[in-house]
Amino acid sequence: MTPLLQAKGVTKRYGARLGCGDVSFDLYPGEVMGIVGESGSGKSTLLSCLAGHLVPDAGKVIYDTRAQGPRDVLALPEPERRMLGRTDWAFVHQNPRDGLRMGVSAGANVGERLMAVGARHYGQIREQAVDWLGRVEIAPDRIDDRPRAFSGGMQQRLQIARNLVTGPRLVFMDEPTGGLDVSVQARLLDLLRGLVREMGLSAIVVTHDLAVVRLLADRLMVMKDGAVVETGLTDQVLDDPQHGYTQLLVSSVLQV
Amino acid sequence: MYVAVKGGERAIDAAHDWLAEERRGDPQTPELSIAQIREQMSLAVNRVMAEGSLYDPDLAALAIKQARGDLIEAIFLIRAYRTTLPRIGHSRPVDTAAMRCDRRISATFKDLPGGQVLGPTFDYTHRLLDFALAAEGAPAQAASAPPASAPVPRVLDFLDADGLIQNEPPCDDAPRDLTREPLEFPADRALRLQSLTRSDEGFVLGMAYSTQRGYGRNHPFVGELRIGAVEVTMDIPELGFDICIGEITLTECETVNQFTGSKTQPAQFTRGYGLVFGQTERKAISMALVDRALRWEELGEDDTGAPAQDAEFVLAHGDNIQATGFLEHIKLPHYVDFQSELELVRRMRRAAQSGMKEAAE
Amino acid sequence: MTAHDPNYNFAYLDEQTKRMIRRALLKALAIPGYQVPFASREMPMPYGWGTGGVQVTAACLTPEDTLKVIDQGADDTTNAVSIRKFFERTAGVAVTGHTAEASLIQTRHRIPETPLTEGQILVYQVPIPEPLRFLEPRETETRRMHALEEYGLMYVKLYEDIAHNGEISTAYAYPVRVEGRYVMDPSPIPRFDNPKLESAAIQLFGAGREQRIYALPPYCRVTSLDFEDHPFDPSKADHDCDLCGCGTSYLDEVIVDDAGGRMFVCSDTDFCAGRQAEGHQGRLSRKETA
Repeated sequence: MTPLLQAKGVTKRYGARLGCGDVSFDLYPGEVMGIVGESGSGKSTLLSCLAGHLVPDAGKVIYDTRAQGPRDVLALPEPERRMLGRTDWAFVHQNPRDGLRMGVSAGANVGERLMAVGARHYGQIREQAVDWLGRVEIAPDRIDDRPRAFSGGMQQRLQIARNLVTGPRLVFMDEPTGGLDVSVQARLLDLLRGLVREMGLSAIVVTHDLAVVRLLADRLMVMKDGAVVETGLTDQVLDDPQHGYTQLLVSSVLQV
Repeated sequence: MYVAVKGGERAIDAAHDWLAEERRGDPQTPELSIAQIREQMSLAVNRVMAEGSLYDPDLAALAIKQARGDLIEAIFLIRAYRTTLPRIGHSRPVDTAAMRCDRRISATFKDLPGGQVLGPTFDYTHRLLDFALAAEGAPAQAASAPPASAPVPRVLDFLDADGLIQNEPPCDDAPRDLTREPLEFPADRALRLQSLTRSDEGFVLGMAYSTQRGYGRNHPFVGELRIGAVEVTMDIPELGFDICIGEITLTECETVNQFTGSKTQPAQFTRGYGLVFGQTERKAISMALVDRALRWEELGEDDTGAPAQDAEFVLAHGDNIQATGFLEHIKLPHYVDFQSELELVRRMRRAAQSGMKEAAE
Repeated sequence: MTAHDPNYNFAYLDEQTKRMIRRALLKALAIPGYQVPFASREMPMPYGWGTGGVQVTAACLTPEDTLKVIDQGADDTTNAVSIRKFFERTAGVAVTGHTAEASLIQTRHRIPETPLTEGQILVYQVPIPEPLRFLEPRETETRRMHALEEYGLMYVKLYEDIAHNGEISTAYAYPVRVEGRYVMDPSPIPRFDNPKLESAAIQLFGAGREQRIYALPPYCRVTSLDFEDHPFDPSKADHDCDLCGCGTSYLDEVIVDDAGGRMFVCSDTDFCAGRQAEGHQGRLSRKETA
């Protein structure tokens, strides 16, 4: 089977400081990969490089495109990369304000990606928006309200709907439950797990919260100081950590 | 009975005649001469030259007279005239180190070579209306001193010699010309400075003030403010050497700003720069602060979202001729557009009312 | 035609500047709907009064041209008079009020009712050339959006209109797509005029303050943005002209008495006068009119 995404030696420096160094892995269709580590470990830098938001100093990110098979994402012309970013890929930000248009209605937020790829039937766009609001448990009568009027958890669910409406195959998530209350987190995780299974999504989830990866991720990558220190199946890494740092992380001695 | 509007031409001519009458005011009062405006309203003349981008005190005075003292209107007259002038060539960069200073102060050193020269400043006047001026008496004679024989060294050059301030390496690239090319972003520093020096004084002042109050703060000290005359020289290809074509008065402000550095890179102060035609120190200081704020990217600072850090925002809105034109144009007829919105609003109201009626039934 | 004021170059601008503008115009015609940056000059009239249109007109005028200038559809509005006088003085060209007689028409906010023909040039005065400006204020970002054809945001705006108002609530400066590529602001013409953007004439758009020129070559395909189930509707006041009886022209609404009484008249004064001369009458025509 062809991996959906391959990272090969991805390296990013900020001046003298290493963001992430020589990271390589394969992600297969339908697989969810968790990247854990404390803040400053390079996990967010790596995610930005993979999603094309940052240009790495070295390395390749190869994605199995629908039309042309595996392509080096960093070498794609900008229009194609941006098209990928709003069709086949999704990016869920930690802060929903970074991923939503706060000035337009929930319906327009969900519909934007559809319109960006050519949907021109108002009624159908609205139908899909209603459908997606339902799937993320937002009442359809909130469709014309702006996200400002929503709670933090609702905003995050709206962001997820907005991202998944075009049926992407790969979702990048940056601390998707960060900043939410514990009870709200649980509901969101439940929802995410359901959607991932139901749509057969592949995902890369960056988090410092081991509960998130235990629920969502098939595999785990542990990062420290810009480098990957341990990888493996989630249960294996969490139940039998090999690297000293992972052991600290799992035993929660380390404040993360 | 409605009659289509005719006679626009007659109305315009009559309005212009009336304007000329109002400009003159009461004919019993002696008419202002251009020389009077040039000599006695010199700071207004300086502002018109600076923002009109044309160094000609007589034309600036004429523009002020024609504009009834409305300085933005006067600047507009100068700009419109300037754009018709042929571009014969470019001067050499002026050497402000060789300036014959009327005023030169530093806020960073108590004393220094060349000394602090207060010059003709309002700084320590008490702002009490001077009723003696209403009596049109001659002022007291000011004391005089022999002109300085040697050029006055620049304050920032002392810091530069010790590596204490960020070095500004000379650059021989021809800067882009704001009046000959469209302004496109990102704009380099030469272009930003060009734009700032002719930007509206009030706008630049407001932007600079906002940085002092925390919107893009950059901890400025006035390293040096100098006002005086410099020579303008031009390379004449037929002659093969530079000749002096005249002398202009400039105000230059160099600020010493918050330092950068790290454990490995020695700390250094940073610079802001202002240079404006004539005695225009409020503008020059403001310009230096805004220049510094706009340099956040090259100096590795954070974009705090402050208006003065946003080059597109500052450069696109600082020109008072553009601003006043677009602002005032909304008084021109817009009845076609208004009509189209009127129809739309009526239609939407009808739809909403019939919706309410249906809901009620 | 009279001689032009010898103190100024023909049509005011110097020849170098005209060449610069013509280069921008040619580029604009070659890439319909694309905004070409140009080094707009400071004109002896304020920004906002049509400096972009005036520069384009100056660059296109020849001594043989016949010029018509309209503002809000009328030849007699003060700014139209002022611009026409400017070119009479600086270019000495013939002027006319008749659309059919003009070789070059400068306009603000309207397209003449009389269909334009091949060989005519229509010059628009444009205040804000960027159709995405009020969705995204940053020039660097809007230029990228055009380059990558990212127009989803434009449709978000139209979607919001319908969601909140029941219809697309843009009444003028209604955005269009040119030849399936660039989204363009047709200047603040009422949306009633949008269908006339597909024309036999050359259409040139000048934005002086914003330093942009763009163009529509003859017979260029111009579609107004809409949704399949909310198609574009070039609406107008539901009245006939009270002077010439025309039921298909764009109308001005005039308040005629203290009680708020209204009448509707053609905004295109030349068109209306022409119809009246042909004997057409409206509700308020004087019956004895010859």
